[in-house]
Amino acid sequence: MSTHLLEVVDLRTVFHTARGDVRAVDGVSFSLAAGETLGLVGESGSGKSVLGRSVMGLISNSAMTTVSGQVLLEGTDVHALKPSARRRLWGPEIAMVFQDPMTSLNPVKRVGTHLTETLRRHLRCSRSEATERAVDLLRQVGIPEPARRLAQYPHELSGGMRQRVVIATALACDPRLLIADEPTTALDVTVQKQILDLLGSLVVERDMAMLLVSHDLGAVAGRTDRVQVMYAGRTVESGRTRPVFAAPEHPYTEALLASIPQLSHPPHTVLRAIEGNPPDMARPPLGCRFASRCSRVGEECTAVLPALSVVPSPVAADAAARAVACHHPVLPEPVAMEEVGHGR
Amino acid sequence: MLAPEPVLVRRCDTRSALLVTGLLLLGAGSALALWASGTTVLVTLVRMLVLVVGIIAAIAGLGRLARAARGKPVDVVFWLGMTWLVLILGAAALAPWLPLGNHDDSVAGLTAPIFAQPGGLGADYPLGTNNYGLDVLARAVFGARTSILVALLAVLIGTVVGGLIGMVSGFVRGTTDRVVGILSNALLAVPPLILLIALGTVLDPSIRSIAFALSLLTIPSMVRLARANTITVAQREYVLAARALGANRMRLLLREVLPNVVLPVLSLAVVMISVLVVAEASLSFLGIGIEQPAPTWGNMIAEGQGGVMEENPYIVVVPGICLFLTVFSFNLLGERAQKRWDPRSAKL
Repeated sequence: MSTHLLEVVDLRTVFHTARGDVRAVDGVSFSLAAGETLGLVGESGSGKSVLGRSVMGLISNSAMTTVSGQVLLEGTDVHALKPSARRRLWGPEIAMVFQDPMTSLNPVKRVGTHLTETLRRHLRCSRSEATERAVDLLRQVGIPEPARRLAQYPHELSGGMRQRVVIATALACDPRLLIADEPTTALDVTVQKQILDLLGSLVVERDMAMLLVSHDLGAVAGRTDRVQVMYAGRTVESGRTRPVFAAPEHPYTEALLASIPQLSHPPHTVLRAIEGNPPDMARPPLGCRFASRCSRVGEECTAVLPALSVVPSPVAADAAARAVACHHPVLPEPVAMEEVGHGR
Repeated sequence: MLAPEPVLVRRCDTRSALLVTGLLLLGAGSALALWASGTTVLVTLVRMLVLVVGIIAAIAGLGRLARAARGKPVDVVFWLGMTWLVLILGAAALAPWLPLGNHDDSVAGLTAPIFAQPGGLGADYPLGTNNYGLDVLARAVFGARTSILVALLAVLIGTVVGGLIGMVSGFVRGTTDRVVGILSNALLAVPPLILLIALGTVLDPSIRSIAFALSLLTIPSMVRLARANTITVAQREYVLAARALGANRMRLLLREVLPNVVLPVLSLAVVMISVLVVAEASLSFLGIGIEQPAPTWGNMIAEGQGGVMEENPYIVVVPGICLFLTVFSFNLLGERAQKRWDPRSAKL
């Protein structure tokens, strides 16, 4: 267990709102080793982003929020630290890549300033050293003519370039853990692939751990080691990416995968959507949270919340064992989901 | 080769036409205006109308000339305003070193003629003298010095103090924000002239205290503007991104929020200058601002009371025109600044 860089135990994030307590993240656990990528998937409002921000400590205990459970980064609990100590982690230990590169760069600051400010603050290096490193970072994220880019403003760059700059700023202080919060949602499909490939190669080069939050199953499928499917603040299924996508056991994972349009489908095929909406998290249902939308719903589903239990695996004592939270899991049958594996 | 030729021909054609009509309009307009300002043939009202028509014609002519010179339409009124601003600000700044007459020494004025009529350039009293024998041109220039200095000081205090308070309250929110909101609304609820008169009775009439009193008028609106802009900027993702890279609140405020809030605040500040020039003139006119014999445009206009204006209109006309042109020019500048810097029209 001690080999894990990140250990999240029973993390719960509750927002105290006028409508009551909203349980955005409700008891999620996972662990992540260096060099490993974990995909966090689920539809909008399933608590993925809040989970990412809670792991980082950007969302912490305050008058309006309660975060409980543990987030252990190399044994230290992020949420037990004082705010100033936690700020020192951000940058050199944990960094985040945000969703929209159009808004995550300050329009009045030059590209170079974004990078050198962070470098100079955390590494206490001189102006010229910081500039040198900034050029180097821009080169690493694949930006041509890095020295010229430093003097440019964000609006002079394209979306893909900006996201590369955002990634470069996140990587400026060599973080051990990178949280990518939907890093490709705001980008073109072709650029999406480039950015995901870049993140993948950076993880390998720098031996980082990456948490890839996304609702794009294609993005997660090809580039993560393990995947964790979230629904309404809870983990419904987790395991190695390939088997989970090849043979989903939770009805939600299955429905999610079935809703991806396939190139092999004839034109004008009606998309298979999941009926209904996620439950109101201020008043979660008593039983399984997916029960109202589930095709395999049984009597106990509406009454008893299913626990996340490990599925007996053919490979004994697998560290990343398959786990599913369902009373009526889909029976594992060999289903070919080839297209998903290749992603976009 | 063929395509651009007709355009070239047409441009040459219009350019010479523009030059001729522009020169004609400018000449006729200025002649008309000059005649109207000097003549006694017409009734005052008609004279004023003729004067205005002459000035408009002259400006239109100037516009045509500028268009002919630049090859594209030029906002002549704006550039005339800026010329006036440069002239008046330059004269105000250099007033003590300019070869001007006696502006505030009423003892020395005893030997000078009172109500000497404007003699024009080269005369002893280019714009005449007032009832103390003080030179009106010198007083207008020194008056500009006081009026503009007071307005600039007040705007500076208001922008810095109001901007900072607004930014902090918009960034911190919570109780601080509520208290600041109540205070600034309370200040906005007091009628400005009554507040100024009340302050005028308490404070001594010096440049510093009047600037302070006037800055109280600008602070609440500055607070509101800075606060509103800070709230929108603080919600932007780049502020969160900077926080996620370990920036503390001070750094977020100074490096992420401030540069985005400065521009809209500055453009309001330019508009505020003209409002405060008028406010200062009103105070001096009422006799609670800078006191005689030290000149300001407000107390110079006040000298026209009691039948003086009917006999010697220049006593009121000179400071009145200065005030009008200055306020007008600052408004033009402020309008430009807002158009350029307004976040609503700016791209994301």
